[in-house]
Amino acid sequence: MIIRRRDFLRATAAATLTAGLPRLARSADTASVYDLERFGNARILHLTDTHAQLRPVFFREPSVNIGVGAMAGQPPHLVGKAFLDRFGIRPESADAYAFTCVEFEKAAVRFGKLGGFAHLKTLVDKLRADVGQGRSLLLDGGDLWQGTGLANAVKGADMVEAANLLGIEAMTGHWEFTYGEQALRDNLANFKGEFLAQNVFLTEEAAFNDAKAFDPASGRVFKPSTIKEIGSHRVAIIGQAFPYVPIAHPKRFTPDWTFGIRDEELQKLVDNHRTNDKVDAVILLSHNGMDVDLKLASRVTGIDVILGGHTHDAIPLPITVTNAGGVTLVTNAGSNGKFLGVLDLDLAKGKVANVRYRLLPVFSELLKPDPAMQGLIDRVRDPHVGDWSDKLASADRLLYRRGNFSGSVDQLICDAMLSELNAEIALSPGFRWGLTTLAGQPLTMEDVLSETAITYPETYVATMTGSQIKDVLEDVCDNLFNADPYHQQGGDMVRVGGLTYTCAPAETVGKRISELKLANGKHLEARKSYKVAGWASVNEQKGEPIWDIVAKHLRAGRPPNREAPGVTLKGVDDNAGIAKQGK
Amino acid sequence: MSITTNEFAETRRMVLKGAGVAALIGLGVVSFDARPALAAANDAYPKEAFKQKNEADAIKLLYGKTAEPSDKVKMDAPEIAENGAVVPISATTTLSDVTSITFLVSENPIALIASYRIPDGTLPSVSNRIKMAKTSNVIVIVEAGGKLYSATKEVKVTVGGCGG
Repeated sequence: MIIRRRDFLRATAAATLTAGLPRLARSADTASVYDLERFGNARILHLTDTHAQLRPVFFREPSVNIGVGAMAGQPPHLVGKAFLDRFGIRPESADAYAFTCVEFEKAAVRFGKLGGFAHLKTLVDKLRADVGQGRSLLLDGGDLWQGTGLANAVKGADMVEAANLLGIEAMTGHWEFTYGEQALRDNLANFKGEFLAQNVFLTEEAAFNDAKAFDPASGRVFKPSTIKEIGSHRVAIIGQAFPYVPIAHPKRFTPDWTFGIRDEELQKLVDNHRTNDKVDAVILLSHNGMDVDLKLASRVTGIDVILGGHTHDAIPLPITVTNAGGVTLVTNAGSNGKFLGVLDLDLAKGKVANVRYRLLPVFSELLKPDPAMQGLIDRVRDPHVGDWSDKLASADRLLYRRGNFSGSVDQLICDAMLSELNAEIALSPGFRWGLTTLAGQPLTMEDVLSETAITYPETYVATMTGSQIKDVLEDVCDNLFNADPYHQQGGDMVRVGGLTYTCAPAETVGKRISELKLANGKHLEARKSYKVAGWASVNEQKGEPIWDIVAKHLRAGRPPNREAPGVTLKGVDDNAGIAKQGK
Repeated sequence: MSITTNEFAETRRMVLKGAGVAALIGLGVVSFDARPALAAANDAYPKEAFKQKNEADAIKLLYGKTAEPSDKVKMDAPEIAENGAVVPISATTTLSDVTSITFLVSENPIALIASYRIPDGTLPSVSNRIKMAKTSNVIVIVEAGGKLYSATKEVKVTVGGCGG
């Protein structure tokens, strides 16, 4: 075991945040905020969950991100003021704007958009040039190919081009799988980096039928890991794909593959790299989600750092987890291209001697867009963007999605389904991607697609009994608040329209949801049937795609629904995952 | 799947023996109409154990004793089932003198899923696929040296969807 690592990692896990920026200089050259003090002998850059956002974005971080049980009050389950306090970020600073929802609308105007691949390219190139040739790696944690109308239309091919130009050397996946095996393989044939996933295996039937696999003996569909040389050192990068692809998405996209966390197989892989390959460091490039990674880090030994994603948590400092073999650092690098993780390692023989980590907000206004990447973005957008650029409406208020229970953009989507599909109740998935639009900004089809672009967008109208509706809410709620992180799938609570309810997150499945009422105040009756509209079903549906329903609703110019989302929380009064008014 | 002829059952039994999986005395998932052939090859079919609603009663009727948890019983089961109708569960053990391996699901209408006899000299390793209606503990019992050892894991069954 590697007890020796314990000594240094704990002491030096502390990272420096970007100092609070007083004000961003418009169109400045690469700002000095990105001049990092040199440290160690290897630099690993980490991007994750960019959701195909080629252009800079507004993205409001959550005001509700509740942790229950042992996770209560712990990162990533901190929002607003509690988040700023925990990580020592000055209120009203640029960092406060990037990392939290505090005073979002005011700060958005002041500090502008974040991310964008042309801006990321400039930053990545600078950070790589700073450490010199052969001293750095660029890794992507997945959800790179999905999230825009463009990416959905070309099945992620645009993002493969962008990834190649950006210089991504290894990635793992999640939504990538929802394009199906053929599109995935076609994209990977064009991808210059490696696609790594230790936890995707052939089903027994597929193995029996000789389905394609990286390693037919073990049934591993993809290469599980790769060893990269940095200077005179060797670093093992292991890929961990989203463990619950066939559960969270229609199984028809991945019929031959079975997933799972697979920590025993992971342990064998880590041990093999340590013992036989004699690597100096082991990095897990993970799409587990942060709570799952924190639990995994306590069980699997020998991993130096988990570079995490999926749950879209922008966490400025790594969390140190102690396990039987020493310690493992766990990070999560936010979403939508807002952040770039910079892991500087001081590698020694067979060990990591020291670590420094920063999660840099990518302030688009501080970075000159790289001309080559900008050209690529313009070229891939060109054939599609014309059809999607007409203004459908203006945002009547701040439109955002992220939050455990509701977001104003999802209220809009639910309203669209209620009116266009003539239903009593609407259900909309609690995705964590989807952009933010400021009040008064125009809404185009491209914006609507950025909230809805998936490969199973068909709407449905179904008859469900009150007790079936409650069961669905309970089931999704348990995916979010199960006390065991390994039983969580990530994502947020299903959004509802025409329905209000009370939720007690700290309860157990079957006991969290109560007081279900229709918009007219009447209690839902267990045996009575209701007309329910929804989209993104794991079962095949035939209805119009959700983006057309939303566009119709917006074009019709109906008066905005300003009702508060009807979720009452119970038993979490002092939870640090809920932002209080004005904080 | 439904196996109806004794001839087929005989062939199947030999295949299973040859594969080192040992003779089956019951199955939770397939309808099985070949009891006489199996009964002849094994001890009496544990009819009563297969009627019990909870695992403790089933274990008592099957073995007449209780099991102690052991980390020498290794169960491989998913955290969340990809399909509740076909959940792959396997068990192995480093214990010696293993004579049987039994699978139970607490929340199934009938708790006992299957019990496998392990003949002398056979590797104590069994894989099977079981049906689960809802989230439940899955219990593996290993009978070794006349004593019972167990491993338990909760397997979640969900309707799915809405992932981030």
